[in-house]
Amino acid sequence: MRDLKVTYPGGAAAVRGVDLTLAAGEKLGIAGESGCGKSTLALALLRLLPPGARVGGEILLDGEDVLTMKWGRVRAVRWAGASIVFQGAMHSLNAVHRVGDQIAEPILLHRRATPAGARRRAGELLEQVGLPAARASAYPHELSGGQRQRVMIAMALACDPRLIVADEPTTALDVMIQAQILRLIEGLVGEQDVGLIMISHDLAVLADTCDRLAVMYAGRVVEEGPARQVYDDARHPYGRALSEAFPTIGDPASRFAPRGLPGDPPDPAAVPSGCAFHPRCPVALDLCATRDQPLRDAGTRRRAACVHVGPDATVPPDGAGATAGSGTPEGDTAPVANGAAEGGKRAEGGKPKPAGGAADGDDEVADGRSGGGGRGAGGVASAEDDGVRSSAP
Amino acid sequence: MSSTVPDGAPGVAPDSAPPLLSVRGLHVTFPGRRGAAAARAVDGVDLDIRRGEIVALVGESGCGKTTLARSLLGLVRPTGGRVTFDGAPLGYSARALKAYRRRAQLVLQDPSGSLNPRHTVYDIVAEGLRIHGHAGDERTAVAEALSRAGLRPPERFFLRYPHELSGGQRQRVVIAGALVLQPELLVADEPVASLDASVRGEILALLLRLRTELGLSALVVTHDLGLAWNIADRVAVMYLGRIVETGAVEQVLTAPRHPYTQALLSVLPEAPGAPVVLTGEPPDPAYIPGGCRFHVRCPVLASGEAGRAGVADACRNGELEILRGGDESQVACHWARAERPAAERAG
Repeated sequence: MRDLKVTYPGGAAAVRGVDLTLAAGEKLGIAGESGCGKSTLALALLRLLPPGARVGGEILLDGEDVLTMKWGRVRAVRWAGASIVFQGAMHSLNAVHRVGDQIAEPILLHRRATPAGARRRAGELLEQVGLPAARASAYPHELSGGQRQRVMIAMALACDPRLIVADEPTTALDVMIQAQILRLIEGLVGEQDVGLIMISHDLAVLADTCDRLAVMYAGRVVEEGPARQVYDDARHPYGRALSEAFPTIGDPASRFAPRGLPGDPPDPAAVPSGCAFHPRCPVALDLCATRDQPLRDAGTRRRAACVHVGPDATVPPDGAGATAGSGTPEGDTAPVANGAAEGGKRAEGGKPKPAGGAADGDDEVADGRSGGGGRGAGGVASAEDDGVRSSAP
Repeated sequence: MSSTVPDGAPGVAPDSAPPLLSVRGLHVTFPGRRGAAAARAVDGVDLDIRRGEIVALVGESGCGKTTLARSLLGLVRPTGGRVTFDGAPLGYSARALKAYRRRAQLVLQDPSGSLNPRHTVYDIVAEGLRIHGHAGDERTAVAEALSRAGLRPPERFFLRYPHELSGGQRQRVVIAGALVLQPELLVADEPVASLDASVRGEILALLLRLRTELGLSALVVTHDLGLAWNIADRVAVMYLGRIVETGAVEQVLTAPRHPYTQALLSVLPEAPGAPVVLTGEPPDPAYIPGGCRFHVRCPVLASGEAGRAGVADACRNGELEILRGGDESQVACHWARAERPAAERAG
């Protein structure tokens, strides 16, 4: 995907220049709130946008540009090259056809299979997604939400695609069913070496499932990097707000303190000037209102589009030791380092207490706390290391 | 209502105070169609909500949590048990229900579906006042409700239509509509499930603020355990029509005792340890298994751990009693009780 732009009739710039790459067998998560352009991006990948939408840039699928293909080729690519799993499986399945026939349809069209062969394959696919093959004769309304989502996944797999795009595959589902579906997608992607693009607003789910994570805001990628790192230590203030929105159970900091982001997502027809996020940004500077912030390197294989990130950063970002150590005078870092060291000791001193005091039954308590505490202590410890390093010479 | 507003957060009335809402032995049964067995959607529930308390009712879809919430508001007539509000049993005559709904209000899940697209924000919020023949100044009341719900300045929103608002703003309008009658209890069914991550926190913060400012009690129905951790004092975990574990949020969510609660927590993305993914869907409320109703999906029974604790037989055949509605921590599980009898006595 190179410099992808999508503008809807009426001037809404839904996607404003996105560069992303996905290796075969890799899992990429795209996060962002509604209206940030993530679903438009998914539709653009398979040229499913409504007529009138202007698309610019390149989408290369195995080296072939989807945007300049002839329609016949696009149709061939749609199931065999890349397929899509939509949110709300209720509306994406045809209510008056048996699910087996719906799965068999692309096989018949793309594989020149016999009807019997296609039916057999549909049965196999259902078993693969954890449904009995006999369910092929069911109508969508006879299935539960989780089962319908499984059918959608079976359809997406029907022609052995190279890439699966999953748009909010678990949003309408319960936690337990969500866990089942995520395990299923993960397993299938791992087995068959297909690429996965998963789109969601739930950063926690994406961080758990994907290898890499891209955060979108107002039609642009504002942060990108290895999924775990982006989730645990986002560099862009928007990425941070998203990852804080989902509390860690057991973390005292989020108890009675739900965290959100004030303000509303920007209207794609009137994106704010400068950095599009500046009206809602807690750490915005004056220049953010006028100067657009491009993506820049933010560590190994990481990029972020924020003025606070990178070598010419105006203010060092929170918790990033690399630039902070060299830029600030020693006298300033020393007390910080001491404070951090104390904090570290306190965290370490506090940790054994619940574990030691707890009898056999209290394992979960200890786990929960040491999980939260461990993370805090980890952060403190790294700050301490940096402090020591900078004050030692 | 202002006389009982407690100071500061969490701001729950003292233990001794009688609960605002009290449910005892509630059953709601829906008749089966074409001779099918009746569905026992709510199958024996005790639940108390004190003034200023936020209780989260969590469980999978189909566990009966929405039916329970609706029966608390008199929208579904229970087939057994009773609901008591402020000491008086809930009446089901049209007049009694109308009076009750001044004091207890419902906030629905999908703000787009629960707002009339052809009404302005002002009309939507004022509707409750008109139905109940509000004596004071309607405009002031609407403006106050809107600004309480965080839509400021309220005049700017009076003439807007729902489609002109963002999802978060629509949910605020729904909440303003519930607040305008100055209720004492809010029942919120999945109040943030259809909202974006960034907006979610703002709406939850609003619910918390309403509790501190107005002393509002709330029952929040959700499948989102993170939400319970964010705002609730107490959590009740529901499975197939019954509450299977209840207690303070800190207790239940950091040291869950029921295998079902443990499984729900283990599949969260952030959870430590291996996820326990339960297979299958929640069973049909028309055919509730005998013994412990969770035993057919219970990982503890399946792994033989319950057998080692000597309770496998009880799990399959031993009925469990209904958990008491108060705020002590309790669990309806033979295995958890066998494992920690001391904690059960103390707890």
